[in-house]
Amino acid sequence: MPSSFNIEVSTGSSTPIYKQITDQVRMAVASGRLSVADQLPSVRALAEELVVNPNTVARAYADLAREGIIEARQGRGVFIIQKRKVFSRAEARRRLEPLMDALIGEAFALDFTPDELKDAVVNKLEQLQNEKKSAA
Amino acid sequence: MSAKDELVIHTRGLTRYFGATPGVYELNLDVPRGGVFAFLGRNGSGKSTTIRMLLGLLEPTRGEAEILGCNIRRLTPEIRARIGYLTEEHQVYGWMSVRQCGEFQSQFYPRWNDKIFRGVIDHFSLKPDARAKNLSRGERAGLCLALTLAPDPELLILDDPTLGLDPVARRSLVESMIALTRRADRTIFFSTHQIDDLERVADYVAVLDKSVMRACCRLESFRENIRQVRVQFAGKPPELPTIPGLLQVMRNGTSLRLLCVRYNDDTEHLLRTLKPLEIETSPVNLSDCLVSYLGARGEKSFILSEMEAHS
Repeated sequence: MPSSFNIEVSTGSSTPIYKQITDQVRMAVASGRLSVADQLPSVRALAEELVVNPNTVARAYADLAREGIIEARQGRGVFIIQKRKVFSRAEARRRLEPLMDALIGEAFALDFTPDELKDAVVNKLEQLQNEKKSAA
Repeated sequence: MSAKDELVIHTRGLTRYFGATPGVYELNLDVPRGGVFAFLGRNGSGKSTTIRMLLGLLEPTRGEAEILGCNIRRLTPEIRARIGYLTEEHQVYGWMSVRQCGEFQSQFYPRWNDKIFRGVIDHFSLKPDARAKNLSRGERAGLCLALTLAPDPELLILDDPTLGLDPVARRSLVESMIALTRRADRTIFFSTHQIDDLERVADYVAVLDKSVMRACCRLESFRENIRQVRVQFAGKPPELPTIPGLLQVMRNGTSLRLLCVRYNDDTEHLLRTLKPLEIETSPVNLSDCLVSYLGARGEKSFILSEMEAHS
């Protein structure tokens, strides 16, 4: 695992531990802190490092593998892979829809205007791009 | 092996009265082999009574139970030797040294593994020559854990093992539990009040409330089945109709915050009849799930059950 990337989990969150792990790996791939061929710790090693049940880590890895982000190679370890296209464009759009609804709903509840929300999204994407460049 | 052999604990109608008061009432509990099973409930809900019956230390009033396939009324020394039991008291002979405690205990167990004993002692940073009576509470817990793990038990039963331990000792204990899961055929059954330990280690959870079991399922399904629902109204919130699975209601100005078990389209439909402006559901942290589930309402109509391990 590259030294710049560390998974951290906390108990007592409304986000289950397996999801904290998948979220962090996805985010690290999106920002370029993890790139193709980087290795993740084994299920057992990560479980002992984070002090969590190995089945929790296994579930997180299974979800990431299903999404085509990681691949477990027999006897060699777990690696970040070139993201396969798992969903058709139409299906991907269908899956994006509820996520956008949630974001927009929350943002309006926090009194953001449509323009402010647009700016916030653009800024975040730019920030990710920059992180990716400096990581590369 | 049949499905029943895959259960390390199996009880049907297990009941124990203390005088006229039920300590455990009609308990049907199935614990599958492998993994970590947490046993929860408030003080006095019947957890220790259940554990003591399972180990043959307390006679049931009625009902049946098997542990490692053996009727609890006829436990043999061989079966007992395959079970590790750690009580909350952490009792040892004070005049023995740590090493002597190990040597003494090893006499009783043909499968005693001194490497495990030394490993746990080391994990808790105990000196082999220290007298047991001079150990701190956390160190004594470490010694007792080493004594319980060294016979390499198939089934480890821990009755509130982290009670009164400092955070470092507690973490060491949780780490030891995780290390034990390296063997896929080993089962841990433990009672606890520590929700964050539970969240870290448990695969399954059973919840006892006032002597009755109210939930028994995978930890994740317990969590996923409880949702927080925020219902926003234009004015003062109306009186709620009877909502199946409602655990808790909090009023906050013109909105209601509900905690519900098995929230579904029917529940949402029912809430819509109140003409709210908005309904929004979100996940709940484990601690809130449990506190609301064990809260004062005491309804027993929505037991979460079905051990998915069998399906």
